[in-house]
Amino acid sequence: MSRISNAANSMAKLDELARQDTWLNRIHPLAKLIVTLLYLVLAVSWKPRQLTGILGMALYPFLLFEIGGLSFKGALYRLRIVLPVVCLVGILNPFFDREPVLTVFGITLTGGVLTMLSLMVKGILTVLASYLLIASTPVESVCGALSMLHIPGILVTEFLLICRYVSVLLDEADRMTQAYALRAPGQKGIARIAWGSMIGQLLLRSMDRAGALYQSMCMRGFQGEKPLFHMKRFRSCDLLYLVIWSAVLILLRVFPVLELVGRLFV
Amino acid sequence: MHMADALITPAAAGVMFAASGAAAAYSVCKVRQEHAPEKIPVMGVMGAFVFAAQMINFTIPGTGSSGHLCGGLLLSAVLGPYAGFLTMIGVLLVQCLFFADGGLLALGCNIWNMAFYGCFAGALLIWKGIMKNGASKRKITLASILGCVITLQMGAFSVCIETYLSGVSELPFGAFIGAMQPIHLAIGLVEGLITAAVLCFVYEVRPELLWGIGWGSMPQSRFSLGKTLGILAAAAAAVGGLLSLFASALPDGLEWAMERVAGTSELAASGSAYQTAQSIQDTTAFLPDYALPGSESMAGTTVSGLVGALITAAVCIVIALAFHFFRNRKSGSGKRLAG
Repeated sequence: MSRISNAANSMAKLDELARQDTWLNRIHPLAKLIVTLLYLVLAVSWKPRQLTGILGMALYPFLLFEIGGLSFKGALYRLRIVLPVVCLVGILNPFFDREPVLTVFGITLTGGVLTMLSLMVKGILTVLASYLLIASTPVESVCGALSMLHIPGILVTEFLLICRYVSVLLDEADRMTQAYALRAPGQKGIARIAWGSMIGQLLLRSMDRAGALYQSMCMRGFQGEKPLFHMKRFRSCDLLYLVIWSAVLILLRVFPVLELVGRLFV
Repeated sequence: MHMADALITPAAAGVMFAASGAAAAYSVCKVRQEHAPEKIPVMGVMGAFVFAAQMINFTIPGTGSSGHLCGGLLLSAVLGPYAGFLTMIGVLLVQCLFFADGGLLALGCNIWNMAFYGCFAGALLIWKGIMKNGASKRKITLASILGCVITLQMGAFSVCIETYLSGVSELPFGAFIGAMQPIHLAIGLVEGLITAAVLCFVYEVRPELLWGIGWGSMPQSRFSLGKTLGILAAAAAAVGGLLSLFASALPDGLEWAMERVAGTSELAASGSAYQTAQSIQDTTAFLPDYALPGSESMAGTTVSGLVGALITAAVCIVIALAFHFFRNRKSGSGKRLAG
């Protein structure tokens, strides 16, 4: 399968997941968005050597993946982009920071190893948290939550249109590259002579499509940037979700919960 | 060049969100001033176009590798810098949410590194400057290559600064810069050539689509006093916010003078007012570094933490299995009812 079809498929899969009827999907998008942002801030706020504290933050994605009935496989697949970059930045830490910090089962861990590991754990957890949000919330609901946070209508409408038209244009780009590949067998990528006309044609078609889209939006009563989202009511259980998770996350960040549990046994 | 959440601290993310947010707010105002509602669907579809075009690989002549388009300068050359910037924000948000290409918390950094430089520096300083006396294919090629190379270099430099200030890497700053800049020079060159090819094609077929051609014939307005003061205030805020991160560890003038006079730069304070203020500060300090009483050593803290992590993980697994059991039971009973 080509890179373009892969991208279109993964977007379609996420959309399908977000439209399921599960307990997590029914939570108000604004509550999920706020909890996700809070989680990200708290997770990356740990200092590089505080590995156990960072590990404690795994509670949130771990429980919600199970409760929401989401598969870790799909989320871990997304790590293929993030992990190499994070590893590249952290891989040299063990060479620069050789101060022995801890011995576990006869293995001495240096400061550099701890910081490298914590960087990787942070990378994994933050990707899982973002995946939780988008795999349990349809794009329209994310846009609705952004509107409720007073993000300008231009940006919200544009983001929604990008999400809607990405699959259309990916499909078009896929057909164009397939047609090119059939006429240039054995060639990797597009030859330099066709760079301009290939993307240029796609650009011109996109502009024409945007014109037609504007006409159809006007026919349906579009009057400027104000998007209309039919958001569901913010219920008491949404508030409860927001308050409980915020409290748990702050608790995990402020108090050494894992250490306290560990001290009961050590 | 997309930064992941793990590579930054909340402070760096906050500063970059503020800077990118200010640029976005300014761009929204500028687009609104145009009173062109037809531009919004064009921005949406062009955002989708850039996303799709990024997926197409181009063969780099003389090498076995391929490159792809990034799109900041291309969007600005078609939509203008303000609409182009807003469109790039949408593209980066889609990449971050749907493909984990860049983090949600690092979105401010990514907008700054890729969209701001590409759209504002690339379009307003380079593209507009070269095109002010009219366009030609040679000028378009020059503007595209220069724009992409310079803005990508600026973006790569910003990535190094943001990562370094976040303190996640032990890699010396010089070595980090030495690794980042040359690779982005090559990437910028390839992107510049692709952008030039596309814009030359558009110039040949539909030149009216290109932005900023022939600006020299238009009257140049001078900055008003209010605008100048606004720019100065924004620059002061940016300098105060960003450059304070580079604050020297050496004593400042006052500390230096105190050390000369009193022999110390710290003044001893005592009294109930001081103690009350100290206790308020201790209570309200945001996100303190945790430490248990009697666990000063790093090893002690980490061992008990690891044991705690294992126990908590075990509890989580039990809870998860319970959920799994009840869900299966529920779906099983559903199937039986359906049967």
